[in-house]
Amino acid sequence: MAEADLNAVPRLTPGYRLQWEEVQDCHVLLYPEGMVQLNGPAGAILEQVDGQRTLAEVIRTLEQAFGETDLSADVLEFADEALERGWIRLG
Amino acid sequence: MCSNLLMKHWNGGGYALAKIPPPLWLLAEVTHSCPLQCPYCSNPLNLIRKQEELDTEGWLKVLHEARKIGAAQLGFSGGEPLVRKDLGTLVGAARKLGYYTNLITSGVGLDADRVAELHEQGMDHIQISFQSDSQALNDYIAGCESFEQKKAMARAVKAQGYPMVLCFVIHRLNIDHVAGMLDLAAELEADYVELATTQYEGWALLNRDRLLPSRQQVQAAEAVAHRYQEKFKGRMKIYFVVPDYYEGRPKPCVDGWGRVFLAVGPDGVALPCHAARDLPGLEFANVRDHSLEWIWYESPAFNAFRGTGWMKEPCASCDEREKDYGGCRCQAFKLTGDPRNTDPTCALSPLHQVVTEAALRAELPGRSSSAKPLVFRNRRNSPKA
Repeated sequence: MAEADLNAVPRLTPGYRLQWEEVQDCHVLLYPEGMVQLNGPAGAILEQVDGQRTLAEVIRTLEQAFGETDLSADVLEFADEALERGWIRLG
Repeated sequence: MCSNLLMKHWNGGGYALAKIPPPLWLLAEVTHSCPLQCPYCSNPLNLIRKQEELDTEGWLKVLHEARKIGAAQLGFSGGEPLVRKDLGTLVGAARKLGYYTNLITSGVGLDADRVAELHEQGMDHIQISFQSDSQALNDYIAGCESFEQKKAMARAVKAQGYPMVLCFVIHRLNIDHVAGMLDLAAELEADYVELATTQYEGWALLNRDRLLPSRQQVQAAEAVAHRYQEKFKGRMKIYFVVPDYYEGRPKPCVDGWGRVFLAVGPDGVALPCHAARDLPGLEFANVRDHSLEWIWYESPAFNAFRGTGWMKEPCASCDEREKDYGGCRCQAFKLTGDPRNTDPTCALSPLHQVVTEAALRAELPGRSSSAKPLVFRNRRNSPKA
């Protein structure tokens, strides 16, 4: 399986949907007959995944939003895991 | 009805048992009418009559109330949900409320126009069930001609842009055809295939001696499934679950009573498990009389087997009690007479022999031909009819 690199454009796997669930107080990823509750960072990253922007751009946006300087390693690590779990695809 | 693996992907949890968690899954069994007559159906023997069904307004109220208390996944099931002419309306309303909408269908009653209508209403996912890999066996088990229609509808669903999710319910009559089923799935370019083991509830329990495969059959099928899992890795995802009769440990039925899963029957009766209707001593409330919030949090029936306080030994002191919740209450009742007993599929159950004896009978050569004839699931064979 391809590893996520900074130039890759991630998008949610077809049939997957990200949404905020008030009752569960977290973002969830919904897919055929299943659901994953996401922790804060995972939800924040996936919120930026729009099938348009590269991972480098996603990282930049998150760094600005959270006032952090280097989120690259964290985001790439998450992207690899999301890829492995079938939540996202890379274009 | 092919929903016995509905919870398979669920990997959440972690709620303290002292606090009642919200329901996350709503199973809307919109009708018990079905053009198919599968003898493995997990519907109750007493099929709910058409005139007892909730009307459109009734279902809209259910969708609204369940969403309000947290349900995010929604399965439209039955019976055959496509029999309901208002299904498109219900799907549209559900999608607007924020549900992820799943249709669990035989594919009979579907055509390309209806697939397009459901897509337009926001249906997220359509799962089509097959009874076997050939027309002859598929149509025999289904009790009607349906194989070619299913294949056409699987293609129509995929053409609409959905992932193709196929479900085969496995039992003695088709388990030796698992390779053929997976070849069929590959030919149709399925994305996901569930080899769903029959749950011996309802009609399936009535037909158990004809449907329970032998251990050898299960092992052979498992080996085939693993071979295909390797072969199609990255292209087609294959799920195979060993029947609980051969596992030695019970499955965590509905992920724990009143913990994640909320089912509403065709007549509006709310249940913690779609098979729970016949459990003795419990009064399951109807959505016509009570709010789903009250039913989920307050009603005695939904609290009856919550947590671990209700358990008897060996469950009460078992290390695995919060992993499998003592198994299935319906199975415990149907096989041992007491829903508080450990699910007898557990090897630790003092009554485990009721399961091992059934499994031993399944080993006898020629057993299936000497067992009682199959009873097909239809209104004529339903005691309530």
